[in-house]
Amino acid sequence: MKEVIRVSDVVTRFGSNLVHDRVSLSVEEGEIYGLMGGSGSGKSTLLREIIMLMRPESGSIVVLGKELSNITYADAAWLRQQWGVLFQSGALYSSLTVAQNVGMKLREYTDLPDSVIEEIVHMKIRMVGLPEHAAELYPAELSGGMVKRASLARALAMDPRLLFLDEPTSGLDPIGAEAFDQLILKLRNMLGLTVIMVTHDLDSIWTIVDRFAVLGERKVIAEGRLDEVIETPHPIIRKFFWGARGRLRSAHGQ
Amino acid sequence: MGESKKEPQGTGEASPAARVRLEQAEGGWRLYCSGQWSAERLGGAVATLKKRVEELHDTTVHWDFSGVTQMDSAGMMLFLHYRERLEARHCRVEVSGQSREQRQLFELLRDFLPRQRPSKPRLGSRLLKPATDLGRATVHGWHDLLAFFAFLGENFFTLVRSLFHPLSIRFDAIAKNIQEAGVRALPIITLTSFLIGVVIAYQGAVQLQKFGANIFIVDMIGISVTRELAPLITAIVVAGRTGSSYTAQLGVMKITEEIDAMRVMGFDPQQFLVLPRIIALMIALPLMIFFADIVGIFGGMVVAHLHLNLSWTEFLHRLQNVVDVKHFWIGIVKGPFFAWLIATIGCFRGLQVSRDTESIGRYTTISVVNAIFLVIACDALFSVVFTELGI
Repeated sequence: MKEVIRVSDVVTRFGSNLVHDRVSLSVEEGEIYGLMGGSGSGKSTLLREIIMLMRPESGSIVVLGKELSNITYADAAWLRQQWGVLFQSGALYSSLTVAQNVGMKLREYTDLPDSVIEEIVHMKIRMVGLPEHAAELYPAELSGGMVKRASLARALAMDPRLLFLDEPTSGLDPIGAEAFDQLILKLRNMLGLTVIMVTHDLDSIWTIVDRFAVLGERKVIAEGRLDEVIETPHPIIRKFFWGARGRLRSAHGQ
Repeated sequence: MGESKKEPQGTGEASPAARVRLEQAEGGWRLYCSGQWSAERLGGAVATLKKRVEELHDTTVHWDFSGVTQMDSAGMMLFLHYRERLEARHCRVEVSGQSREQRQLFELLRDFLPRQRPSKPRLGSRLLKPATDLGRATVHGWHDLLAFFAFLGENFFTLVRSLFHPLSIRFDAIAKNIQEAGVRALPIITLTSFLIGVVIAYQGAVQLQKFGANIFIVDMIGISVTRELAPLITAIVVAGRTGSSYTAQLGVMKITEEIDAMRVMGFDPQQFLVLPRIIALMIALPLMIFFADIVGIFGGMVVAHLHLNLSWTEFLHRLQNVVDVKHFWIGIVKGPFFAWLIATIGCFRGLQVSRDTESIGRYTTISVVNAIFLVIACDALFSVVFTELGI
């Protein structure tokens, strides 16, 4: 397996608040990788650093062979073509319809005729499990689950190699969350994506994540497959997996 | 698994862009494809296909993919689109040279192809569009008007109820809004009314000098500023400044569901947000008009002094003699009416904001335009009424 993302010794500070203290992890091609941790543990911040929305104070982040701290303009533009991002609240452009949201990158970055773009957009919309009439709706007219799906369709529009998901199942009901997890798994298998997801949904960790890292106390306290991480004696891990919610899961197995 | 397997690592610039070559072959045509058929590199292939495919009809086309290094779903859709176009022109399409990954991609996408093609509206309905638009706009305007009346009714009800329970009036909010809408606006009011006084005095001075009637500048400034200009200019500035901020404030509260939160906690938004704003502006605006009167007349005085050599004392002396106090009162009386219009429109439009961010901008614009129009219309009405009444 090839390494697609390598984070090493990243330090992040907001004012006097140290968020990451020499955080290191790596993501391999084709896997679903989870970033886990309690609220305020800096998962989303780390994700934002990987997708070039923020710069860490020190340390290096390498994505698809590009070192982000001294990346050239052209490489950054190329890198942004290689990934799709699903934001926590969807972040669909509210003045555009779902179809326009999904087709945005295709319209801007390719020379495809409008009719082909329209077909691709409709195909992606069906691929994420939205009804076809959703294409003409505005984001304000969608339910929470539909916003996530539309946003996923937008992230997938250009067939990215990397897919970043920021808490994809938050705000969904258990059935919707389960369906969304299965959708991500299916898309990964179909399209050969590498998926990096920030989550604190234990169900997602149990069912679809291949490997994950647990952030806590400003560091990565465990990284690996579920059976490896769960044996780590660290108190935070104990709380996570052997607390009331975790125990229920562990008792029933995967 | 993925079509991305074949892609060379690195920047992706290593493999050539997608190309299509059309050549005559036995029993028809051969479309030879090569390069990387991924979304951002399809430009060349699209150009060729667009140009050349239209020439083909009633023939057999061999579509050869053997030169394609990599293909993504955009590339596959491009192929599917043109295959359909060719078939519509009675061509037989034979596909060859597909790799295993490409065939898998095709299998994958086939399940998700749109069942019916997205269709354009028919010609008839397109021709009727101006008429349907007009109809829609009329109905929309009618609903808007009804909603406004409903808002007014609710507002009036809240007002009457507050009068019976004076303790429920939000005096803190009123004071805060007077501070925000009135006191903070004084610098801009000073500037605009001073300049208006200067402009009127200058224009008047040139004409009056011709007749040697310099002293009448006092009558002119005194009456026009107090009776018409100070109220109107102040109201327009306030409409732009405060009316828009009312709409934006309430609009954002609507989007962030703060207004819903207030409703469920039993805090009537009319009582907590709308009424204090309206009352505050109705108190503040007359005071601001009074202030604008002073500054405007002072502006005229400066010009009269510099340009017409009218001394300060002479100006003030004549001002007291010729300008009836009724002109001043007429100007002040307009204040609460203008304030009511501006604040009511501002709050009404703010509460109309829907869930998308764009509508804040739209309704803020509408609110300012409506308020300025209504202020001017109301002023015209006052002019007619007062003149007819001989005041």
